[in-house]
Amino acid sequence: MNGPHDLGGQMGFGPVAPETNEPYFHAEWEKRALGLTLSGGALGAWNIDESRHTRESIPPAEYLGASYYEIWTRALEVLLERHGFVTSGEIDAGRKQVDGATPKRILKADMVAGVLAKGGPCDRPVATPPRFAAGDKVRTRNFNPTTHTRLPRYARAKSGVVEAVQGSFVFPDDNAHGKGENPQWVYTVVFDGGEIWGEGADPTLSVSIDAWESYLEPV
Amino acid sequence: MHDDDHHHGHDHDHHHDHENRYTDMQARVRALETVLTEKGLIDPAAIDAIVETYETKIGPRNGAWVVAKAWSDPDFADWLRRDATAAIASLGYTGRQGEHMRAVFNTGETHNLVVCTLCSCYPWSVLGLPPVWYKAPAYRSRAVIDPRGVLAEFGVTLSDDKKIRVWDSTAELRYLVIPERPDGTEGWSEEQLADLVSRDSMIGTGVASMPGVAA
Repeated sequence: MNGPHDLGGQMGFGPVAPETNEPYFHAEWEKRALGLTLSGGALGAWNIDESRHTRESIPPAEYLGASYYEIWTRALEVLLERHGFVTSGEIDAGRKQVDGATPKRILKADMVAGVLAKGGPCDRPVATPPRFAAGDKVRTRNFNPTTHTRLPRYARAKSGVVEAVQGSFVFPDDNAHGKGENPQWVYTVVFDGGEIWGEGADPTLSVSIDAWESYLEPV
Repeated sequence: MHDDDHHHGHDHDHHHDHENRYTDMQARVRALETVLTEKGLIDPAAIDAIVETYETKIGPRNGAWVVAKAWSDPDFADWLRRDATAAIASLGYTGRQGEHMRAVFNTGETHNLVVCTLCSCYPWSVLGLPPVWYKAPAYRSRAVIDPRGVLAEFGVTLSDDKKIRVWDSTAELRYLVIPERPDGTEGWSEEQLADLVSRDSMIGTGVASMPGVAA
């Protein structure tokens, strides 16, 4: 979707503000928000793609005005409600009011090290060979789905070159919406800066994205 | 927005509350944690363990060791080029947001810069949690269109003829920039070399420190 998250090339946000010796957390609640988000994911009711889509579905005026852990927290509340674990009334009240859905698992302290070390690999085998090879010229599709996609707006309907075949991975556009993992080949596609940004583009610039096969058409 | 139109008057106060309830994030998150704990859905001790892991165990030092080894050991550098996931895992750095790694090497001709324009994808297992600026709109919007301007704000000035390659992490691949090894470090130990490698140099918003200047 063309949501507030799709920021590449937007203007007006001002300078980047690096912070010397930045702490990992700027408030205590950020620590809990991180832990709650990872613990929520461990319940097994949603995947990373649904989680990302929930964040990008926050209305633009709220998304762009929120700190990152606030975005995470808002999305976590939506996910918990959607999957029947809590009600908004319970969150407002700060206490249990009803029984909710039963999770697949609950992340306990003694599981944390193993779960973090294992991660959640997203590579999956596909039966067909890759459609494109390194060196192939391709064009990204021009679409504007209202659903989740990982093809950023700035890189749509652009011509580039396949630099590498990266393997086959879960297709987020389907996986975010409960339509299955439906893995596809993923390619690193490189674009000349001028192809994307046109007049005035930095002549030394090239930009690459990692694109699922169905985002690409042969040129 | 049919629902909003239909319920506007009725829901006005509710929406108002809904916005305001986020003004105190400390209270909001505490309420959420309390509910989830009462319902048996989370273990607060697990949250403590997650926070402790990312505050004390997983940070940019992991990545610095990868870079130092790449500078010191051509075979390891070659392995990184071919299969960064396996090469990095051989040092014990595996897991969440580092499941699929790629290493990209700066050269005399090309400087690499990593961004995630769509969210905040970042190689947690080798760099730890990302800084606020990496996740913020200013960086995510400009890194792909004005990387030289962004670099200038980090105090990095590249020569005019240096090529800039921006890697937008739009899939599950996580990128680690291998900065150029500073001159004057011949014969240095991996530990000495790792001290020259900053987090920013592994994102591409910095370069490795020169000898005698701490990273």
